[in-house]
Amino acid sequence: MKATPARTISVFLSQHARVRLALLLSAPLFWLGLVYIAALAALLVTAFWTVDSFTGQVQTTWTLDNIITVFTGSLYQAVTLRTVGVALLVTIIDIIVALPIAFFMAKVASPRLQRILVIAVLMPLWASYLVKVYAWRSALSQGGIVEWLVTPFGGTSPGYGLPATIITLSYLWLPYVILPIYAGLERVPNSLLEASSDLGAKTWRTMRSVVLPMLWPAIIAGSIFSFSLSLGDYITVNIVGGANQLLGNLVFTNVGAANNLPLAAAIALIPIGIMIVYLGVARRTGALNSL
Amino acid sequence: MTSETPAIRLTGLTKTFGAVNAVDNLDLDIAEGEFFSMLGPSGSGKTTVLRLIAGFEMPTSGTVELLGQDVTSRAPFDRDVNTVFQDYALFPHMTVLENVAYGLRVRGIAKNERLERATAALEAVALGTFGPRKPSQLSGGQRQRVALARATVVEPKVLLLDEPLGALDLKLREQMQVELKELQRSLGITFIFVTHDQEEALTLSDRIAVFNNGRIEQLGTPAEIYEAPMSPFVASFVGTSNIFDADEAKGMLGRDGVCSIRPEKITLHAPGGKVVTDTVALAGRVTEVIYLGTSMRILVDVDGGKRLTVLEQNAGTASPLDRRGEVVSVRFSPSDLVDLEPAMA
Repeated sequence: MKATPARTISVFLSQHARVRLALLLSAPLFWLGLVYIAALAALLVTAFWTVDSFTGQVQTTWTLDNIITVFTGSLYQAVTLRTVGVALLVTIIDIIVALPIAFFMAKVASPRLQRILVIAVLMPLWASYLVKVYAWRSALSQGGIVEWLVTPFGGTSPGYGLPATIITLSYLWLPYVILPIYAGLERVPNSLLEASSDLGAKTWRTMRSVVLPMLWPAIIAGSIFSFSLSLGDYITVNIVGGANQLLGNLVFTNVGAANNLPLAAAIALIPIGIMIVYLGVARRTGALNSL
Repeated sequence: MTSETPAIRLTGLTKTFGAVNAVDNLDLDIAEGEFFSMLGPSGSGKTTVLRLIAGFEMPTSGTVELLGQDVTSRAPFDRDVNTVFQDYALFPHMTVLENVAYGLRVRGIAKNERLERATAALEAVALGTFGPRKPSQLSGGQRQRVALARATVVEPKVLLLDEPLGALDLKLREQMQVELKELQRSLGITFIFVTHDQEEALTLSDRIAVFNNGRIEQLGTPAEIYEAPMSPFVASFVGTSNIFDADEAKGMLGRDGVCSIRPEKITLHAPGGKVVTDTVALAGRVTEVIYLGTSMRILVDVDGGKRLTVLEQNAGTASPLDRRGEVVSVRFSPSDLVDLEPAMA
């Protein structure tokens, strides 16, 4: 066998698994490091700088002022609470809506209907985010379709405000919650449901004692999507939220109108911190072990 | 309730999937305390019958009676039957003890009592110390026994077993067969056992129903099924048979109709020897000798172009290969021939 350079390298690599792994990972790790870690680090560093109030230039003098402002200012506390509340509600609504849909898709529908439903769930993701939000804006407007639907039953349209924001965000992130739960249900063998029923459990009992415990990882995975996407959103609340502000709006105005990049960076640290706590709690439940 | 009330009575039971009749107008009584096997190739309808009895499927028509009560339209959780699943279907997020106690828990039995009973059930299958483990930490045979304990702890009237030994290796399977039989005797309840393994069915059962195309081809004790098969299908599916079709029976044996003979009823002799009266003797040539350990399977081409399978005890005399090509006289008693009804089209 001739020892060509390519062969020599191949032989070397086949004998050194670690070198092989390092070469394979180097490109994606470099990209991840540059785009993700570096950007985060820059954000973190910027939060400890300040802005010259006269020239509007960022000054690279170290200060904790921004962090202190963000943590103690009553405006920031209120907006943080509101944002977390909205994100939690959106997540809970999405899970409640997604569970029966995913169950029907995975366990009841025929294979043909199953394919159609998967496409139906994915379809909204192909439409533009703005189109969907404006569709809700028009639906929720005065004389819009929501009002037309609920008025005969004595209801009133929520109009623009936080409820509208929650409804719209729930709609936007629903596919991200349905799909992991659907995938999780696909992994629950039908024989387990039959065994539970065979042993005397009625439907609700089977759901509670067999299906839900096995679905936890999938539910947590879905909730991470809806929760984190809601935490960072500021366009929806701008369009259907009336005068309400979420954390994203504060970041946006500080980058733009107020031209205070360090303060914006400090605000942006809040959702990151919340997500770290959220993932930590999710990890505690053991839900991330089987992802 | 009289002693004549069958544990299970199926009347006119039919189940169609699309255009296919999975179960075709089935009538069947299974007695209390019976070890009953449903034997057949895959797709013969035996598992569907089991699922209809358990309530996982609703019949297209017909009724299912349990101890004289019509349970046809009842949900699985309302039927006093329990199932041991082919894949065991143990709940992966529960411990072994929680799995076994599950049926008691959903019945609302107090914690102390249910733990006591579940532990006893685990001890009955020799897994007393395995309670705190998760199913994933058990071997196949152990999972099998947990599934048995889980299904029997709720004291069903009838236990359904869907190919429960299919995934086990041979040694373990033989051991589990003995345990199943003992368990059935000690519990005294009806076992309905689905299998495609004819040997397993013969070993375990009081009665066997041989299934083919959604119908029962033959119903009887293991001896009846093996010694007196009533159709070519049963003769060839249960054990090995040499089947003579109508022409061959006429030409070679001088008989009318399809008949068959078991390989172990045939003996091989040197040609030209004296033939005992009332014995069929056919001239032939050995074409293949298969070594099976305790016995030899010998394929013989007899004059007239038919290949017969002969089973000979391994007496350790001749080397198998020496016999290939040997000219022999194939002999058997006509009384060992079994008349088969022509198969229904």
